[in-house]
Amino acid sequence: MKSLILIIVSGALINNVVLNQFLGICSFLGVSKQMKASASLGMAVIFVITIASAVASLLYDFVLKPFGIDFMKTIVFILVIAALVQIVEMFLKKTSPAIYKSLGIFLPLITTNCAVLGVALTNVQNGYNFIECVLSGFGTAVGFTIAIVLLASVRVRIREEDLPAPLRGAPIVLISAALMSIAFMGFGGLSF
Amino acid sequence: MSTVIITTAVITLVGVIVGIALVYTGKKFHVDVDPRESAVRECLPGNNCGACGYAGCDAMAAAIAAGEAPASGCPVGGQPIADKIAAVMGVDAALQEKKVAFVRCKGSCDVTHNQANYIGVRDCRSAVLSGINVTDCEYGCLGFGSCATVCPQDAIRIRNGVAIVERNKCVGCGLCAKACPRGLIDLVFVGNTVSVQCSNKDKGPMVKKVCSAGCIGCMLCTRQCEFDAIHVENFLASIDYSKCTQCGKCAEKCPVKVITPPAVKPVREEVDDGE
Repeated sequence: MKSLILIIVSGALINNVVLNQFLGICSFLGVSKQMKASASLGMAVIFVITIASAVASLLYDFVLKPFGIDFMKTIVFILVIAALVQIVEMFLKKTSPAIYKSLGIFLPLITTNCAVLGVALTNVQNGYNFIECVLSGFGTAVGFTIAIVLLASVRVRIREEDLPAPLRGAPIVLISAALMSIAFMGFGGLSF
Repeated sequence: MSTVIITTAVITLVGVIVGIALVYTGKKFHVDVDPRESAVRECLPGNNCGACGYAGCDAMAAAIAAGEAPASGCPVGGQPIADKIAAVMGVDAALQEKKVAFVRCKGSCDVTHNQANYIGVRDCRSAVLSGINVTDCEYGCLGFGSCATVCPQDAIRIRNGVAIVERNKCVGCGLCAKACPRGLIDLVFVGNTVSVQCSNKDKGPMVKKVCSAGCIGCMLCTRQCEFDAIHVENFLASIDYSKCTQCGKCAEKCPVKVITPPAVKPVREEVDDGE
């Protein structure tokens, strides 16, 4: 039980997917202009990564391993995750238009988010079982959401400031992200 | 060798299963969308600029298909797109010519001056909020470039203290018009190059005092016009574009040359001169 909680906390804070592993940077920087949009993206990411790590775990344990072709995991995961997002999108569109509308354009965008693939591969590397994989995926996605919402709130405040001209736009965002990353290194000392 | 065969077989199998699953869900969870919506979406430019007031081209297409937005609602596409959408929707598009922004001020640093040295945030709205009348002419361009900042097409430059629109870059979204605290920017049809480049509503001598290029309300243009298209109201000439034929006689006669001459794109030319 303790180790399961540890997996979630580790995914969310200690090994934060964006600020410590530098995955999913493009959407992290791209969709963090507004708090609301970044929160919706975060929700969509939690949804997709949790499902994707579950499916990837099953596929690895019951298809790739028995046939002894686990070296093909990257390609198979890409294939399955892309299809999975499509299926989830169609499913949501039919069954709950409200969720579909609030996730909107972000759902298909996540297909190309490297964090999704990164989590699936890290899980397999760590030799997690099915439940551990799902929890690790969930924790990682929560970590992504925390990071992007924090950056969005920082950016909303930065926008009102009178910055030196060379720092305006992308440079100050990268500097903020770097400072956040250093701050998150503090979680490395967390122990149970 | 057997590894290659097993790999190929398994991956192919996974691919086929995924494909079948996709086709199945596609059929099973098919949602009927208005076929006109996707047809309208095809017509729209697809750069998601949001100038129409909707969240993007998809949202705009949904609104047009639902009858909430006019077929000519896309300011970027102009008449050709409006025609195409109207054909899809089966309605006549209201005649809509492309519009471009036009700055109704000619007050460059050569012809008018600032009476206050404003050192706050370099933004026209901040300058107006400061309560100090920064420019000599209280109607004129402040030149801090709020319009240039909001322009998504980078079509506005501040040159010699006055905002200048590059007509070939302008898409007519109207964001600059909303940004200008003095309301100097109008959207004019791209064919209308004869325009009064001043907004000062003071009497002639008052205008003369603050700006050597401002409209003094002398009425020479009104007398010159054969089509009754130009009138002076509040000591400021304004052109009725429904009557104006772009002959340019008013521009020739104007003693202060505040009316832009026809055909030669006036705004663009000034930019070239500056460079």
